[in-house]
Amino acid sequence: MTTASGGSLTGLTASELAAKLEAGEVSSVEVTQAHLDRIAAVDSAVHAFLHVDTEGALAAARRVDEERAEGRAASPLAGVPLALKDVFTTTDMPTTCGSKMLEGWVPPYDATVTKRLREAGVVILGKTNMDEFAMGSSTENSAYGPTRNPWDLNRIPGGSGGGSSASLAAFEAPLAIGTDTGGSIRQPGAVTGTVGVKPTYGGVSRYGLVAFSSSLDQPGPCARTVLDAALLHEVIGGHDPLDSTSIAQPVPAVVAAAREGASGDLKGVRVGVVREFSGDGYQAGVQRAFDAAVQQLSALGAEVVEVSCPHFAYALPAYYLIAPSECSSNLARFDAMRYGLRVGDDGEHSAEEVMSLTREAGFGPEVKRRIMLGTYALSSGYYDAYYGQAQKVRTLITRDFDAAFEQVDVLVSPTTPTTAFEIGERVDDPMAMYLADLCTIPSNLAGNAAMSVPCGLSDEDGLPVGLQIMAPAMADDRLYRVGAAYETARGALRVPELEVAV
Amino acid sequence: MSKISRDEVAHLAGLARLAVTEAELDTFAGQLDQILDAVAEVGEVAADDIPPTSHAVPVTNVFREDEVRPGLTREQALAAAPAAEDDRFRVPRILTEEA
Amino acid sequence: MTSVAEIMDYDEVLARFDPVLGLEVHVELSTNTKMFCGCANAFGAEPNSQVCPVCLGLPGALPVVNAKAVEAAIRIGLALNCQVAEWCRFARKNYFYPDMPKNFQTSQYDEPIVHDGYLDVVLDDGETFRVDIERAHMEEDTGKSLHVGGSTGRIHGAVHSLLDYNRAGVPLIEIVTKPITGAGERAPEVARAYVTALRDLLRALDVSDVRMDQGSLRCDANVSLMPKGSTEFGTRTETKNVNSLRSVERAVRFEMQRHGAVLASGGSILQETRHFDESTGSTSAGRRKETSEDYRYFPEPDLVPIAPSREWVEELSKTLPELPWERRKRAKEQWGLSDEELRDLVNAGALELIAETVEAGAQPGDARSWWVSYLAQQANTRGVELADLDITPKQVARVIALVADGKLTNKLARQVVDGVLAGEGEPDEVVAARGLEVVSDDSALQKAIDEALASQPDVADKIRGGKVQAAGAIVGAVMKATKGQADAKRVRELVLAACGQ
Ligand SMILES: [Mg+2]
Ligand SMILES: [Zn+2]
Repeated sequence: MTTASGGSLTGLTASELAAKLEAGEVSSVEVTQAHLDRIAAVDSAVHAFLHVDTEGALAAARRVDEERAEGRAASPLAGVPLALKDVFTTTDMPTTCGSKMLEGWVPPYDATVTKRLREAGVVILGKTNMDEFAMGSSTENSAYGPTRNPWDLNRIPGGSGGGSSASLAAFEAPLAIGTDTGGSIRQPGAVTGTVGVKPTYGGVSRYGLVAFSSSLDQPGPCARTVLDAALLHEVIGGHDPLDSTSIAQPVPAVVAAAREGASGDLKGVRVGVVREFSGDGYQAGVQRAFDAAVQQLSALGAEVVEVSCPHFAYALPAYYLIAPSECSSNLARFDAMRYGLRVGDDGEHSAEEVMSLTREAGFGPEVKRRIMLGTYALSSGYYDAYYGQAQKVRTLITRDFDAAFEQVDVLVSPTTPTTAFEIGERVDDPMAMYLADLCTIPSNLAGNAAMSVPCGLSDEDGLPVGLQIMAPAMADDRLYRVGAAYETARGALRVPELEVAV
Repeated sequence: MSKISRDEVAHLAGLARLAVTEAELDTFAGQLDQILDAVAEVGEVAADDIPPTSHAVPVTNVFREDEVRPGLTREQALAAAPAAEDDRFRVPRILTEEA
Repeated sequence: MTSVAEIMDYDEVLARFDPVLGLEVHVELSTNTKMFCGCANAFGAEPNSQVCPVCLGLPGALPVVNAKAVEAAIRIGLALNCQVAEWCRFARKNYFYPDMPKNFQTSQYDEPIVHDGYLDVVLDDGETFRVDIERAHMEEDTGKSLHVGGSTGRIHGAVHSLLDYNRAGVPLIEIVTKPITGAGERAPEVARAYVTALRDLLRALDVSDVRMDQGSLRCDANVSLMPKGSTEFGTRTETKNVNSLRSVERAVRFEMQRHGAVLASGGSILQETRHFDESTGSTSAGRRKETSEDYRYFPEPDLVPIAPSREWVEELSKTLPELPWERRKRAKEQWGLSDEELRDLVNAGALELIAETVEAGAQPGDARSWWVSYLAQQANTRGVELADLDITPKQVARVIALVADGKLTNKLARQVVDGVLAGEGEPDEVVAARGLEVVSDDSALQKAIDEALASQPDVADKIRGGKVQAAGAIVGAVMKATKGQADAKRVRELVLAACGQ
């Protein structure tokens, strides 16, 4: 095999694979094996996976093949392989969240997302690397070592879902699942040249997703094309009675919207360019790629206007109060009593001491930093000034979105201010790291839907740039329509040449 | 200006049950200071009459019927326990009594 | 550290200070399932057999509110004359403790579901004292720890602890009074009467087992003193571990006397948690916390707000049963009781039990006699409240019915009750298992009578000769032969008949 995508099967999109499976041209076992081979060939260099379930994946593939032979297919994606972020519980694989705290933990229950994937016949290849407990923008915070960007192995693949995005860019899987709390699906998508969608908050169940910041976390689909993301979105989306914040409405018709968009007509669609997301701090090549994408939307018939969202500037500080506050509470359960790591249980130390020693040993520096920050922001005397104020900013940002969506159907911006930075470049500077999520955070705070779709390469460094599209809550279909139209007009992207032995 | 002292960091670490090292006290004091400086601007924008948002989606009254559903077996519940004894989770001696 | 606290003479306390009380009562609801998950809510199951990812606090698990628990909270609020919130939320109360799986308790903070009500409490002399209710809110219970290696399961000196999470997540309602002032010397009595009235109310609402001995009703008593003439509250202590109605009264009285002694000697009261010791009737200081309490409350993001519609509240208000005080009024009239008789029944905690027994079909006279004599004795020997005996009014009514039908004698009926109290099952099961039914088969009796007459021919002759009082010896022999399971009256009739009398 000499192609950059590793071969004829791994080079295909999920919908292409689904068509071949449906036509009987190929079996799921063959498709799965091809991806397992690709993982075996490149993952030592990329390190997208924390756990590869060869046996389980092939067994699941065989089941799908048998069902298909009997004339049944569980879903349009039955038999297509997928990479699952290691933050979802799985009864047949460990769930570590990229942390020493949960090393080797095999949960006794499946997340709703896991369950829906299995029920749809999607073949889970394994669990992907991530920043510890989803805290980070580079996947450097994984306790199990960083994931590398297939476009340049010295660069970060984004985070926290760097394993999922890298697995797509390295053609180890055609589909992946991510979670997006402040941009952890979209930012990795942008810097690896893949598609990532944060559905409307409540659109995909959080049951079995190990919580980072409950009011912001949202699972979503990752893929190499907009249509593939839509197909996956419909598999995992929809109401779940086990998640009280799950929306009791049908999933927006995102597959139909992606197909409609692919026809390339955006007449009558009003697109707003967010004025605040440009200028200082935005890499020139990123800005140029973004401007070209806006031109393209205009050429497709969209009516493009500039829109101001004045409070978006306060999204980042609000986020860095709300997310750490919630995480300080969510991560309190990791206390060495019922599961996970236990340190210092020598018959001398008390339960309290063992808790503290274990948490000290089991959490990495970023996790500890955020727990400390959140503990501070919630503590008496500071709550009003920090957490309380941040919740008010959240209201202001939601109002900005509401006002904007009165004028336009979707908003657009660069997904990230820069292309992928080098591994190690920002590890000692938390604030610089946090800037990677500048443009993605407002949608987490307001809960509306947003997507990152690749918009070419930055002309100064040849690295992928992401176009972010934002739509109102429960109007996820608009993302797919506009994203697919743009994707078609943009044309095929170059794929990364992985400099590894294949 | 330094907002957070080493003592305060130590107090926070106690509340958060983190047995931080002396070196970490210094690192965290510096970093928390820097981050708090950067986020303090949330205090500038929102006026008193702005209501806080705790939930992104305005839904109320989500309930469950009072019907028993199967949970975990005891074996499943205890499977990942660092230590177990007499069908219970075994933990080191507990010092303080809480509310 | 464990020195006996100085206490002041009670009359002197009252001469110098006015007591202020605050009572916090935690009630475990008797729903089928827990507050936030579908695990069974049943007392006494095998350890860790009623758990799931949610109540074990496993990573990724999410809570969903039990509708029945919300309903119970609103009904309790309505019965306590409270306002029902138009909108309220759950909050997280963050603190680490091994019996709390998430290391935060999902509770309500500044937005309780019901607030601002009152409960009129009848004191021993029939006078009514109004206790104002601040709020009642929903929360979840913790697991249970067993301390191993220390003396008698105490936390001190334990080598390690064992945790059972069956109770973790059981729905709790916490009912908090406003500061209770003006009770004066009757403060301890008011505290006891309040908890008693609350217990009766909760039982009438059928929302909880209200068993103080099993922990389904738990009371924390806050006590402070203010110098006579002052209106500024003193520093309060919170006494926990008060496991009976009598203990509530004793604990309040003891704390008043202890505070009095400390304040009179120029000392100051520490705001602390104290533990009540049933055996000595005194309180002792709990371990002082190293870090100050800072629960870092914030709105629970995993649960959406609760906004009870006014229609729902209205509907629930129609489901309120006859409340204890209304029932008392009616019982007094229907059973023709004097004020004293009513008060004695109420004080003995027997009125509701009798009323329920009557509702289950018994005659008021029979019901009253069982509860105030035999069952009261049993409660007394066991050292428990009447209501905490392991027998229900329904079961008592069944025993009464069996006697009325002639299936049991009074003596046998007491044995049946003993069986029920010993956990042998329903009255009919006890009758069957112990073989206690009256021997009403005349032919079986006849055989025993014939044998008795044959073995005592001289007595038989006396009876035949008209000395009917001699029949007692024969009756006694027959009763002995039938192990007391015969109806003595019937035996006497048959003996006399057999002797031609
Ligand atoms: Mg409480
Ligand atoms: Zn449960």
